[in-house]
Amino acid sequence: MLRFFCLRRWSPYATGALLGVLSWFAFATTGKLLGVSTALVKTVGMAESAVAPGHVAANPYFAKTGVKVDWEWMLVLGIALGAWTAGRLSGGEERKELPAMWESRFGASRGKRYAAAFAGGGLVMYGARMAGGCTSGHGISGSLQLAVSSWAFFLTIFAAAVAVSALLYGRGTSDAR
Amino acid sequence: MPAELPLMLLGLATGFVFGFLLQKSGVARFETIIGQFVFRDFTMLKVMLTAIIVGGVGVYGIHEFGGKDLVIKQAQMDAVLLGGLIFGAGMALLGYCPGTAVASAAQGNRDALAGLLGMFAGGAMFAENFSYYAATLLKRHDLGKPTLPDLTGLPAWLFFAALIAVALPLFAWLERRERS
Repeated sequence: MLRFFCLRRWSPYATGALLGVLSWFAFATTGKLLGVSTALVKTVGMAESAVAPGHVAANPYFAKTGVKVDWEWMLVLGIALGAWTAGRLSGGEERKELPAMWESRFGASRGKRYAAAFAGGGLVMYGARMAGGCTSGHGISGSLQLAVSSWAFFLTIFAAAVAVSALLYGRGTSDAR
Repeated sequence: MPAELPLMLLGLATGFVFGFLLQKSGVARFETIIGQFVFRDFTMLKVMLTAIIVGGVGVYGIHEFGGKDLVIKQAQMDAVLLGGLIFGAGMALLGYCPGTAVASAAQGNRDALAGLLGMFAGGAMFAENFSYYAATLLKRHDLGKPTLPDLTGLPAWLFFAALIAVALPLFAWLERRERS
């Protein structure tokens, strides 16, 4: 049984199904579904409050989102712990400094990779908050509820990501699995 | 001290399983996500589509027989589409989404951590810009909170039947293709 948990990889269909079941659990126990980006905004609010509490208190977005540790926030903390645990059980992912696909296209500079990651992260969150959710909140939780907003989001992010990936990586790049 | 400790612990436990599954599925990796967008690795699609179908059938069941309200996000269509384009571009650049970035960073990947810091910056920036969007972008083409059944008059089960009808041959085709 334990060996199962120590496997490096599980079937995507099995894990997808289990994520679906986890959604039932979340919905049945709290009336809420899985989501991530809102909790990250709460974290920003908490951090900003440490240096500029008046500014955060006066900001309508933080008022709308809330700035406190709650179920959604604990969920994201849980993700970190769960992912770490899963990784440790399989002996940790063998990872070079940079993803091979990135390196073969953009070179070995770690600074360049971190800068791009930072910029990409900024766009991801800005876009998520504008749209009202991310791949978890919209992509999984919204789509499984057949929400119009979420299906529109899912199809749009996919199209945009495919287009930008083609721009960044084109064809004939080195295979990295 | 958070007001409801049991609820907090429930969130932690739910998140733990979520993160565990993200890691085990292989989806919390740059290579898997970018691999999806260049159509070389279909893990992300397999995971998400299965989750949507299985999750949706159960959630609609709980909704209809348990009486729990669905939690639909507002369809402010201009904002959803523009936000989606920005998000997708960012995800192609970073190689992670928020959840997978957290999962990857937790395992020590520094580029995922850089991405998370970028997310904090992006979130802070949006909070500053929000009032402007609330008065403009977020008001355009606001459809309310419709579901596809609401919009079409077709029952939910039909949509899930259609998703299954698409998913099964798609998955079969992918497996055959990947075996060769």
